[in-house]
Amino acid sequence: MNVPRPGRGGSRVKESQMKILVGYKRVVDYNVRIQVKPDGSGVVTDGVKLSANPFDDIALEEALRLREKGVAEEVVVVSIGPADLTAHLRNGLAMGANRAIHVVTSDAVQPLTAARVFLKLVEKEQPGLVILGKQAIDDDANQTGQMLAALWDRPQATFASKVEIAAGKATVTREIDAGLEVIEAELPAVITTDLRLNEPRFIKLPDIMKAKSKPIDTIEFGSLGVEAHDHLKTTHYAAPAKRSKGVMVKDAAELVAALKQKGLL
Amino acid sequence: MSKVLVIAEHLGGKLNSSTARAVSAAAAVKGEAIDVLVLADSVDAIAAEAAKIDGVSRVLTVAGPENAHPLAAVLAPQIAKVATGYSHVFVPSTTFGKDVAPRVAALLGVAQVSDVMSVEGAHTFKRPIYAGNAIITVEANPAHAVVATIRSASWPAAATGASNAPVEALAPDIALPAHTRFVELKQGASDRPDLQSASKVVSGGRGVGSKENFDIIFKFADKIGAAVGASRAAVDAGYVPSDLQVGQTGKIIAPELYIAIGISGAIQHLTGIKDAGTIVAINKDSEAPIFEVADFGLVGDLFKLIPDIENAID
Ligand SMILES: Cc1cc2nc3c(=O)[nH]c(=O)nc-3n(C[C@@H](O)[C@H](O)[C@H](O)COP(=O)(O)OP(=O)(O)OC[C@H]3O[C@@H](n4cnc5c(N)ncnc54)[C@H](O)[C@@H]3O)c2cc1C
Ligand SMILES: Cc1cc2nc3c(=O)[nH]c(=O)nc-3n(C[C@H](O)[C@H](O)[C@H](O)COP(=O)(O)OP(=O)(O)OC[C@H]3O[C@@H](n4cnc5c(N)ncnc54)[C@H](O)[C@@H]3O)c2cc1C
Repeated sequence: MNVPRPGRGGSRVKESQMKILVGYKRVVDYNVRIQVKPDGSGVVTDGVKLSANPFDDIALEEALRLREKGVAEEVVVVSIGPADLTAHLRNGLAMGANRAIHVVTSDAVQPLTAARVFLKLVEKEQPGLVILGKQAIDDDANQTGQMLAALWDRPQATFASKVEIAAGKATVTREIDAGLEVIEAELPAVITTDLRLNEPRFIKLPDIMKAKSKPIDTIEFGSLGVEAHDHLKTTHYAAPAKRSKGVMVKDAAELVAALKQKGLL
Repeated sequence: MSKVLVIAEHLGGKLNSSTARAVSAAAAVKGEAIDVLVLADSVDAIAAEAAKIDGVSRVLTVAGPENAHPLAAVLAPQIAKVATGYSHVFVPSTTFGKDVAPRVAALLGVAQVSDVMSVEGAHTFKRPIYAGNAIITVEANPAHAVVATIRSASWPAAATGASNAPVEALAPDIALPAHTRFVELKQGASDRPDLQSASKVVSGGRGVGSKENFDIIFKFADKIGAAVGASRAAVDAGYVPSDLQVGQTGKIIAPELYIAIGISGAIQHLTGIKDAGTIVAINKDSEAPIFEVADFGLVGDLFKLIPDIENAID
């Protein structure tokens, strides 16, 4: 028989003092047209524009709004990546995060490893909420939040388009294939953001100045004791099969005739 | 030898066609068995449907009120328990699978391969990254189970009817969390074809201009028996609900005919329709990028052209 049991770490979270951890990954900007290297060894990333993952901007915006509503006290942005992430993290601080954590590694980090890193930070920081993007637009893996929730043994509310926090729980509207699903998750919990959750604010110049004095904790990946032998190896990169450009038809009649000829109408 | 466990997706007591597509991917692994796992409050009708899918060896069921709604936190520990002894766990790459599969992978302590487009070998797969702008070949470590989500648009649904696999009820003895609860599902009632499995789709974008104007898209779709989709801009503007969004962060679809109306053709939108059979674009801007991928392009005002097309069909 399946018996319900309370989750781990289920002690009631006091919202007014709640801390929120936010995933803040740097990715190739969404406007960049990615090119695969001719030898299939990767994609061209030299000199391309890098930006915050759009879903992570939305995650940060949501965290800031919760803090502004008095539902949380502190917002911490987290990025796992190479040493040159400082300017990226400063953007997160300028947007309004209280402080930043930079887990430094020069290796590519797969979602399971990212989730294990977040778990370590969660154990240390004891957040009431972790908000991540539903997917990073480089690898499009859509895994990290769910994996963190599993390792932490806490609720997950993925693809969120509305979040309400009250009485120790999050009521989250999720964008799913069938429509909009509403679930309740006891805190602490992991939420992943969908596009329509909010519209992130723009960074203002004075905020950039202010952000300079905000702390960035730097943690060496190796010091966390996270095993990083990932189970996936990327062996080849290829450009997608191209659709060939078709024909322009002159009017509705010609279009309908062409589609009828193909048996499509 | 490989043994594949396919997790069934269902809604309202009916099997979703994404399940039979995942079975096709499972067959490509060329293993010795494909079992389908159904978790639901009442499993019988769903299991009976799954048993008819060609290539399925057994249908396993876990019935119980806690499985009435697909909560990842509740389903994942049960799936992870049943997965013992399987070399592969395949889940459709729909919002259902994207939600639950990584949670299963983490419980098993293994990586997940997302959005499998092709199976090159039992542990070698192709999947898209960067909104489909690059396709990578990924090798999973054969020492571990492979958890993967299957990109529905890349796989035909396995045929049904000829087989009748045995159904076995399981009762995995594990504690389930009570920290996550289903509240409600708000579904737009529609008798139009389902966007994800329809053979024809008509989509409207920001060019349609308003919620009221979108009626012209719905009417045209009904006339040709198509499902209705939309660009993100149209959803953001409130013309249509979010479950109609096609693209990188919406639905990835592969209809035989896709008609994009008043959609510019942003890369994030094109990602969702790459595998469509024939793409038709209707746009007043002859420079719109959608024409780069369209098999048939028609330049002009949609409010004039759609009635023209309807007349030409009659
Ligand atoms: C050019 C390039 C080449 C790469 N090559 C490889 C390769 O060969 N092999 C390989 O395995 N990987 C490679 N990667 C990157 C890969 O490591 C991804 O970062 C990793 O797979 C995580 O996937 P995801 O970000 O899509 O996860 P998702 O699960 O989609 O991410 C969801 C959310 O998790 C959080 N998150 C995830 N990662 C981080 C992070 N680092 N810091 C902060 N928050 C985070 C964010 O909130 C994010 O929105 C490459 C990346 C690039 C840019
Ligand atoms: C992270 C991220 C994820 C995204 N994911 C998605 C996604 O999943 N799906 C998606 O669609 N987008 C997505 N987008 C958004 C995408 O970049 C585009 O903004 C969006 O697709 C534009 O929608 P549109 O073509 O309807 O609007 P527009 O680009 O504004 O195009 C409207 C078109 O209508 C035409 N038009 C106007 N009036 C008429 C008329 N009377 N007759 C005929 N033609 C007319 C115009 O010429 C124009 O080409 C994403 C963006 C980001 C950053």
